[in-house]
Amino acid sequence: MNTVILRTAARYLAPTLIILSLWLLWRGHNAPGGGFIGGLVAGSAVVLHAIAFGPVAARRALRGSPRAWMAIGMALALGAALLGFVFGETLLDAAWVDVPGVGPLGTPLIFDVGVFAVVVGAVSGFTLALWPEGAEPGAEEA
Amino acid sequence: MSGVDPHIWLIAPLVVPLAAAVFGLLAGRRTRRAVALTGHVLHIAAAAGLLYTVLGDGALAVRIGGWPGPFGIALVGDSLSALLVGVTAIVGAAAGLTSQLGERLPHPLKAPLMHALLLGVCGAFLTGDLFNLYVWFEVLLVASFVLLTLDRAPLSIAAGVRYVAINLVASALFLTALGLLYAKAGTLDMAHIARLVDGDTGHTLGGVAALLTVAFGIKAGIFPLFGWLPPAYPAPPPVIAALFAGLLTKVGVYALIRLYTLIFVHDPWAHDLLLWLGAATMTVGVLGAAAQVEVRRILSFHIVSQIGYIVVGVALYTPLAVGAAVFYLVHHIVVKTSLFLVGGVITDAGGSERLDRLGGLRLAWPAAALLFAIPALSLAGMPPLSGFFAKLGIIRAGIAADATWVAVLALAVGLLTLYSMLKIAHAAVLGPAPDDAPPRPVGRARLWPIAALAAVTLALGLAAGPVFEVCLAAGEALIDRTPYLEAAR
Amino acid sequence: MHGLMSLVVGALFAAGVYLMLKREILHVLVGLTLVGNGANLAIFVASGARVAPPPLVPDGLDAPLAGHADPLPQALILTAIVIGFGVLGFALALARRSTETLGTDDLDRLPTTEGQGT
Repeated sequence: MNTVILRTAARYLAPTLIILSLWLLWRGHNAPGGGFIGGLVAGSAVVLHAIAFGPVAARRALRGSPRAWMAIGMALALGAALLGFVFGETLLDAAWVDVPGVGPLGTPLIFDVGVFAVVVGAVSGFTLALWPEGAEPGAEEA
Repeated sequence: MSGVDPHIWLIAPLVVPLAAAVFGLLAGRRTRRAVALTGHVLHIAAAAGLLYTVLGDGALAVRIGGWPGPFGIALVGDSLSALLVGVTAIVGAAAGLTSQLGERLPHPLKAPLMHALLLGVCGAFLTGDLFNLYVWFEVLLVASFVLLTLDRAPLSIAAGVRYVAINLVASALFLTALGLLYAKAGTLDMAHIARLVDGDTGHTLGGVAALLTVAFGIKAGIFPLFGWLPPAYPAPPPVIAALFAGLLTKVGVYALIRLYTLIFVHDPWAHDLLLWLGAATMTVGVLGAAAQVEVRRILSFHIVSQIGYIVVGVALYTPLAVGAAVFYLVHHIVVKTSLFLVGGVITDAGGSERLDRLGGLRLAWPAAALLFAIPALSLAGMPPLSGFFAKLGIIRAGIAADATWVAVLALAVGLLTLYSMLKIAHAAVLGPAPDDAPPRPVGRARLWPIAALAAVTLALGLAAGPVFEVCLAAGEALIDRTPYLEAAR
Repeated sequence: MHGLMSLVVGALFAAGVYLMLKREILHVLVGLTLVGNGANLAIFVASGARVAPPPLVPDGLDAPLAGHADPLPQALILTAIVIGFGVLGFALALARRSTETLGTDDLDRLPTTEGQGT
């Protein structure tokens, strides 16, 4: 699958997918969308990158290990849940802050960002773990 | 504890292990150990807070996210849940401590996964919503899948494949049952379903009850669904096996207790069927144990047998029987974890699982021999250890409920349990060492957590009066149901 | 539509069980996936799937349209799908490692601990 067409397409498609995923994440605040679906789209961008440029390049593009993505995502979700406890009634209660010009922002958004990171980490982690050994597109050219 | 909203104690036993898992993943090599141990200490503190509050003020409940019922997911802590969360935190800490003391460089994922497993177990004990129970089951299962195969040894992977497959089947059955139940009841909140079932006795949920019983029965390892258990539990390293043996089947048993004391209480045949299943489980398990010649396989069959006692207690469905089952559950979690931990010590010291290749532990390592004797005798039901009172409670409840045959059977099974325990003791501890491979002490520090658990067993036996009192109250509350239904409004 | 979907649920379960009874790991995993999908579809059908407005508050109103769909089964199914996805990912990785380590994909030839204690 190591073709010029795929590589050229991936160069433009992957960033588009990332932007789409961020839009889905933001939209999920009040409409269909959200962290999970956004994370899946962003994760598929990582998978596309891995197919076109090899798992090593995909790992580099992630900037951190899939495990770290999942850990940070879970930390954000836990933090959001605890903020609800501190500022609201109970765990996971939504606490809102009015941001001028943007509208009300709340702990559900932090939770969603956490879900986003967990899903990106899980999708790329599974893909990279299942990558067939010795079938590295980048390796045979280097 | 005035000034603090008491429902913080429902949340803390879940937040602490989750935080410990997350920070354990993020921690570097030097801080990992400190994070893991701090997590266990705080978990015990949180569970103690829950137990203290629930025993003092009665059952607690909170709707997560502030959503009203039945939309919001309820966390409910009654005496049963609080007792089980408490003992889970204790055996979790013992296993975590053994792992940190006994291994020079534990796998970086091991401690976070153990915390995730404890999170799943405590979540399952505390949730008041059946779908949420499914989610917690999956949390603890995924953690256990990875823990089981973490060392990548061929035997672990083979055990992992079987274990994953059987649990996925159970989960699919559970999910199907939830779909049918939602269609009938329109809610999956346990308290709401219980009230609904009360109001309409013609509204039978037989199919749902059957599916759920099979799903939980697979997880609990009751007859005839226990076949996966004896091959799976001896495979992983001792610490992991001890955590599984102590906690995983007990979550299934807990779910059965909840089901048959809260929701499916109107069909007497269901309890009769459960009684037969429990009696068969108890008998088949101990016969299996008597036939085995490997340490941890014997212990695995004992799990099945002991689960039978607990199921019998629930099936008799009197306050005394259910209370005795709760006491049995608490006793069993502690004793089984320590037996698997000490079983690992014995087999590591002797270099074999087989009884004919072990021996001489009493002379070579008396401390380990003593720490085997305490939980072993407790499991076999020797007074004054906790197992004696647990078995006594079930037998007395059987006689009181006019089910003398069960009482007699329980007594006979107890004798066979003693026989198979003596088999290990005779061969591995008291018998002569094999000439070519005498046992040698390995990792003495691993005995400390086992000693702590042995102390808990002794304490449960010596303070059996007050502890049994608490369990009896829990049994009465379970049969009465109002405390639970009042709390989870 | 309910009748048709019920038949589909039955077919998914039947095919899943058939595959689960085979000896190859991958067949069993595909079977488990089919049974899981059957369970999800069963929730959807059993909860009374029908054509209805989405359970969302439209712009300018403060309540969803009357007769809106029940959002709870959808939430349950989504959760179950997510969990199933994660577990399947792990199971596939495990199946691959198992065939590599043990040299067989035949479930009947997996080693057990019995008699392994040397």
